[in-house]
Amino acid sequence: MAVLLDRNTRLVVQGLTGREGTFHAKAAAAYGTTVVGGVTPGKGGTTHEDWPIFNSVHDAVRETGANASVLFVPPPAAADAIMEATDAGIPLAVCITEGIPTVDMLKVWTFMEGKKTRLVGPNCPGVITAGQAKAGIIPGHICKEGRIGIVSKSGTLTYEAIHQLSKQGMGQTTCIGIGGDPLIGTNFIDALRLFAGDPDTEAVIMIGEIGGTAEQEAAAYIKSEFKKPVVGFIAGQTAPPGRRMGHAGAIIAGGQGTAAEKMEALTKAGVRVAKSPADMGAAMKEVLGR
Amino acid sequence: MYDRWLFDLANRRQLTYILPVKIHEYQAKAVLARFGVPVPRSEVTFSADNVADIARKLGGNISVVKAQIHAGGRGKGGGVKVAKSPEEAQQFAKSILGMTLVTHQTGPAGKKVGRLLIEEGLQIDRELYVSIVIDRASASPVIIASAAGGMDIEEVAASHPEKILRETVQRGTGLLPFESRKLAFGMGLDGAAAGKFVKVLASLYEAFMATDASMIEINPLVLTKEGNLLALDAKVSFDDSALYRHPELKELRDESEEDPLEVEASKFSLNYIRLDGNIGCMVNGAGLAMATMDIIKLAGGEPANFLDVGGGANAEQIRNAFKILMSDANVEAVLINIFGGILRCDVLAQGVIAAVKDLGVLVPIVIRMEGTNVEEGKRLLQESGLNFATADSMGEAASKVVALAAAPKGTK
Repeated sequence: MAVLLDRNTRLVVQGLTGREGTFHAKAAAAYGTTVVGGVTPGKGGTTHEDWPIFNSVHDAVRETGANASVLFVPPPAAADAIMEATDAGIPLAVCITEGIPTVDMLKVWTFMEGKKTRLVGPNCPGVITAGQAKAGIIPGHICKEGRIGIVSKSGTLTYEAIHQLSKQGMGQTTCIGIGGDPLIGTNFIDALRLFAGDPDTEAVIMIGEIGGTAEQEAAAYIKSEFKKPVVGFIAGQTAPPGRRMGHAGAIIAGGQGTAAEKMEALTKAGVRVAKSPADMGAAMKEVLGR
Repeated sequence: MYDRWLFDLANRRQLTYILPVKIHEYQAKAVLARFGVPVPRSEVTFSADNVADIARKLGGNISVVKAQIHAGGRGKGGGVKVAKSPEEAQQFAKSILGMTLVTHQTGPAGKKVGRLLIEEGLQIDRELYVSIVIDRASASPVIIASAAGGMDIEEVAASHPEKILRETVQRGTGLLPFESRKLAFGMGLDGAAAGKFVKVLASLYEAFMATDASMIEINPLVLTKEGNLLALDAKVSFDDSALYRHPELKELRDESEEDPLEVEASKFSLNYIRLDGNIGCMVNGAGLAMATMDIIKLAGGEPANFLDVGGGANAEQIRNAFKILMSDANVEAVLINIFGGILRCDVLAQGVIAAVKDLGVLVPIVIRMEGTNVEEGKRLLQESGLNFATADSMGEAASKVVALAAAPKGTK
């Protein structure tokens, strides 16, 4: 079953005609994803790499029955593109773009309220359901089908977790990169809720980092409601305060958002927290008693 | 629009990895004054010679000489002095300008003072606190206010949380006057002062949204004996993702306030932060880069830096990254940790070999790579004849590099 993406996904690529869009549309198709076309305003009616290009997401949905969108749209235009996907009624919009101004994201939040579209990202590696479909930049060949769900703020740490699971003989259901920005569409709790309702997902790896309180909120949710085993890791245990560690959201501000407080909250919620990033796979094996 | 932005990883990084712009107090006040926030009359100077004249122009008697550096705690460090005459202002200016100011925010090395703000003296009745930031959980701007201004707000929040007032602004409507009044009366202002506070806060909010600020903090916002409300200090930082639409704000960057290596790295679109340790790290991805620092520490070592070369790193970027790493004299060993997804390991290996040969890198290098074409990459490294150690896992790599960095000089 998995979550968010599966064999029935019909993916439209916003920004398909750009370099990144083209590269990753091809990779998604090669992985088995049904890529139905692209959206580039002004290029509607043309084709690109044999895919039909539309002027608007509305046109793409009407013509192709697209039910998910992945966005490779430059930062100044990305917020607008997310809102367009939302207006077109796409159930899932995955925004890879890094560097969308926060004020633009405030507009996106207001626009999306009460609408049925789920946003994943921005500033994320996207989503992959092992062996079925992908939307984003997670390399397909490192994943294998299995029963572990992954939710992560970081791209390369997700790859690391996938790799460690594979070494331990465990595969994945769906890997969700939620992104490292301060304002993101799908947070840890949203992703955990999806995994809670997925009978194929047996356990979850949750990868957080310094900054904000999303991990603490997730810990409270896990403690009260989430029944499946969770292995956690928090990046930035040695990060200096007041410095932004790459991701826009990864900053310890006013003494808050430290790795220590997040690790403590998760441990108290019954999460098996790996201190070392090298131990995520082994910790999962241990938790599942294998 | 889509076509004009050639959207590849390299370009994307150039847009986003300019250093976050912090600005000086005098610049922050000038920005806020444009939106109608009242600030004391003042003048900035790069020289101490004209300070007496400036003080006279500002009204003669009491003036304040303030060091302009990118750090708080200036008063305690001796960088802010109240002068009773223009002559005294000049004396203070001479002693402060050029001094190395050490505060709790500068680190032990301190910061050299190159600019001064000379400000009129005010008869202060009360000191308040007000700031605007974005609250992540509600994805909304939030106003934080306190009657306990002029102090470290984090200490106030810890010792007297009831003195911290919060008002979440609804995104659709923006800040409303009644919300500002709630804060004003909550801080115990009387009717006249509350009216002024509503106006000041409206201006601050407008400035916040219009400049794409990530934080505006006024501490203190003072109520004078004459009943005026002014921003006596101001800290403003901007969302670097939005700087492309504020060229005038980009100009405010003062590179002399930043670590020279970080400035240099930003020119190569490398995301680099200098730390105190002796193990240089080169990693792709911000999360993995942080995790690499963590695992070095767990193995008993100290990272010399955070460095994310990015997902689209090529041979040229690897070379640039080595240049930056090797410019830090503290680096005694280097750990390269790359998870090659899109970036192929053989391409990475070629880049590393070329950079090490070209730049004559002498310190030991531990390479852990994983992902696409990893076997070919490892073969290239082994056959290069260079002094590389390889590792199959992050844990092994960390142990190896820590051991190499700790080895006495000459045995490496």
